[in-house]
Amino acid sequence: MSDNLIKPYGDTLNDGLVQLSFTLPIEASARARKAAEAYVAKLNFEEISVTHYKKIADGFTYFVVYARAIPVLDYNLIQAQEVESKGMDFYEINKQIAEKFGRKLTVVGATIGTDAHTVGIDAIMNMKGWDGNYGLERYPELNAYNMGAQIPCETLLAKAIEVKADAVLVSQTVTQKDSHIRNFTEFMELVEAENLRKNFILLIGGPRITNEMAIEMGYDAGFGPGTKPSNVAEYILSRLMEKQGISR
Amino acid sequence: MLTLPLEAQQIQRVKTLAREIAAQVQDFIDLHSSDSSERTVLRLYGVDGVTEDGIPLPNRLVELLRESRLIESGISRPFAKAMIKTGLGASETAKALHEGKVRFSELGSIHPELVQKKEQELCKKAIGILDRTRLVKREKAQKFGNPEYPWRYLIVASGNIFEDRTQARSAAFSGADVIAVIRSTAQSLLDYIPYGATTEGFGGTYATQENFRIMRQALDEVSQDLNRYIRLTNYSSGLCMAEIAACAAIEDLDMLLNDSMYGILFRDINMKRTFVDQYFSRMICGRAKIVINTGEDNYLTTSDAIDKAYTVTASQLINEAMGHNALLSDNLLGLGHAFEINPKIKNQLLYEISHAQLARQLFPDAPLKYMPATKHKSTDIFYSHVMDTLFNLVTIATRQGIHLAGMATEAIHTPLMQDRYKSLANTNYVFNAAADFGSEFQIRPDGFIAKRAQEVLDQAEACLIKVHEVGLMQAISEGQFADTYRSQNGGKGLLGVFTKSQDYSNPILAQIKAEGMME
Ligand code: B12
Repeated sequence: MSDNLIKPYGDTLNDGLVQLSFTLPIEASARARKAAEAYVAKLNFEEISVTHYKKIADGFTYFVVYARAIPVLDYNLIQAQEVESKGMDFYEINKQIAEKFGRKLTVVGATIGTDAHTVGIDAIMNMKGWDGNYGLERYPELNAYNMGAQIPCETLLAKAIEVKADAVLVSQTVTQKDSHIRNFTEFMELVEAENLRKNFILLIGGPRITNEMAIEMGYDAGFGPGTKPSNVAEYILSRLMEKQGISR
Repeated sequence: MLTLPLEAQQIQRVKTLAREIAAQVQDFIDLHSSDSSERTVLRLYGVDGVTEDGIPLPNRLVELLRESRLIESGISRPFAKAMIKTGLGASETAKALHEGKVRFSELGSIHPELVQKKEQELCKKAIGILDRTRLVKREKAQKFGNPEYPWRYLIVASGNIFEDRTQARSAAFSGADVIAVIRSTAQSLLDYIPYGATTEGFGGTYATQENFRIMRQALDEVSQDLNRYIRLTNYSSGLCMAEIAACAAIEDLDMLLNDSMYGILFRDINMKRTFVDQYFSRMICGRAKIVINTGEDNYLTTSDAIDKAYTVTASQLINEAMGHNALLSDNLLGLGHAFEINPKIKNQLLYEISHAQLARQLFPDAPLKYMPATKHKSTDIFYSHVMDTLFNLVTIATRQGIHLAGMATEAIHTPLMQDRYKSLANTNYVFNAAADFGSEFQIRPDGFIAKRAQEVLDQAEACLIKVHEVGLMQAISEGQFADTYRSQNGGKGLLGVFTKSQDYSNPILAQIKAEGMME
């Protein structure tokens, strides 16, 4: 038996308290309230209290509910693959690149598909950087090419080949109807079709991106909200060393 | 009453600068037209429908005219000739041209007077469409009355026009005055308007004439039920700016997002193309009494909302001047700005009040379009909801015109039905609780708010002087706005621009211009 069973916490350990809010496609009424309660019970909750319900359109009711979750979870069984970072800074990363490779590393980045969001990729790549952390263009030991947004996969790959990129950075912000997954997959298929997967470190990033997702799609790593340019530079450095069998 | 101690002379100065900047752009516009502007003429002449391959007939015809190397004179005259030749209606003639039964290059000689008569007849019909919708809107306003400003503006963006309809009804039920159907990702880059009702969009729903009609009808029903005029908004932007304005006029839309600067900076549309199209689209909006919304708020997503606040002001002034050039009256100028300052900044609220009040005083008769926080919205929806409360307070205190309701889930997804409900509950609460806030307080003339507004206005003036020196197109190439650089011949759509020949004809544009601003 695990010693690490957990439940949501309200104000007492293991009280399982959860707040929910949702809409049902039914007219507001006492029966609707009952329906919300019954539905939450099906989700494996008990002591359900519908604290608020209101009509928000003909045939639609909005609910706020408090309830106690029944299931417990063995936290020991949970694993997540986070990108490891030693928290190296700008100076250290540049120094290491110079020492270990004796040449500049080349990085190409873009937001692909019809996604027009540039702020994320710019935060990582542009001189100015993000939150006081310099962007990759500022790194003397990196050649960084930021292609911007709305870039077709073919164009990004062509550029990566042209400049002999060590790493390619792909950004996606729009996730509605899984358009990011489709675009990432398309890019990966293109790289594989050209037999170039081994040539590049491939990174993805964006507000809804996780490292797990990246690995599942065959990328080296994925970066989500709050990523700093130095996290990315450090990752490129250490992954490339690993790939080329360079010791630390 | 909140009032900033602004100098009338300085306001005069910045307005003059903006007028002269706009005049330079207008000189360019007057010499050019574009494929999409010509397609607009066809749409207003009644050409509708698509080919077997799904290509809209207006696109097909402009393509044919280009193949015949006749585009420089505009499509109006050759199309009028083709109609005389076929003796058929507009769409039927378009089909005959598409099928090659008649050809632009083989229309033979038809007496110029006959052609001119046909053009006049077509133009009368086109202007009739614009005049009809203007009156329809006036009647609705008389019947239901106009809501007091600020108008509550809610977006729907499910991707499916039928779901959008459900969402819109719900928003109206909770108090929305205006419904905006957000467009599908990248529609602005399509050089045609998709056809028919659509149910598959990304981050929004395709703008099609049929979708306009479906939503208009739904909102007209809701207006009846609620006895309030529920307005409808869409996007006249991107490569089909003027064409969308025509479709919107045909389907009685009330507002359009309409701003070249947004297309240039954020969608990389070629500036020459979009200035030309914008002019025609705004001429249509003026005649059809469609309120335009400009997109200055977006600048603050790529550049800092404090450092670059002046770019919003400068751009609003230029947009006002370009609007006036296109005969838009002040009450149709929904100039944009936003509550986008980083919430970690001390006195964020005072900065926001200052910026909002500055816009209010520079454009006293414009229904300013005020946008909520977006970039700094947190994925902690409860925190974001609180940010919107302050935004709501600034709107009501400074009497903005069009209030785009902020969403607690902004940093996550396009709004769900319940997100809109919560947003409106917040808005309704604050607008009522602080109804007369603005008239009870005064701004200290030597205080933070007044000084900040003066600073922004001074910076805006300096910016306009620079833009005036080099011209707007050059200034954009130099990255003056949104920290984004766009070259004059770069971007999408330049190939669709052409220089008008001596005998160029667009009777619709000519008549709107000749008759001036409408009441
Ligand atoms: C700014 C903005 C815009 C601007 C973009 C300007 C520009 N040049 O980028 C404009 C106004 C143009 C815009 C347009 C649209 N937007 Co927008 N936009 C936003 C907004 C407000 C902020 C995004 C942002 O800049 N965040 C700040 C950056 C720094 O964060 P980030 O992207 O997460 O990046 C960080 C990390 O993720 C990471 N990272 C990012 N990329 C990469 C890549 C790599 C390789 C690595 C290592 C790391 C990395 O590092 C960054 C720094 O830490 C969000 C709402 C929000 N608050 O999130 C909506 C939002 C993203 N937009 C949205 C939508 C739907 C649109 C439109 C489709 C709307 C429409 N129908 O027209 C259009 C898009 C058109 C298109 N073709 O893409 C939705 C997306 C919904 C979804 N989940 O699919 C959002 C969430 C708003 C909403 N609630 O509806 N938008």
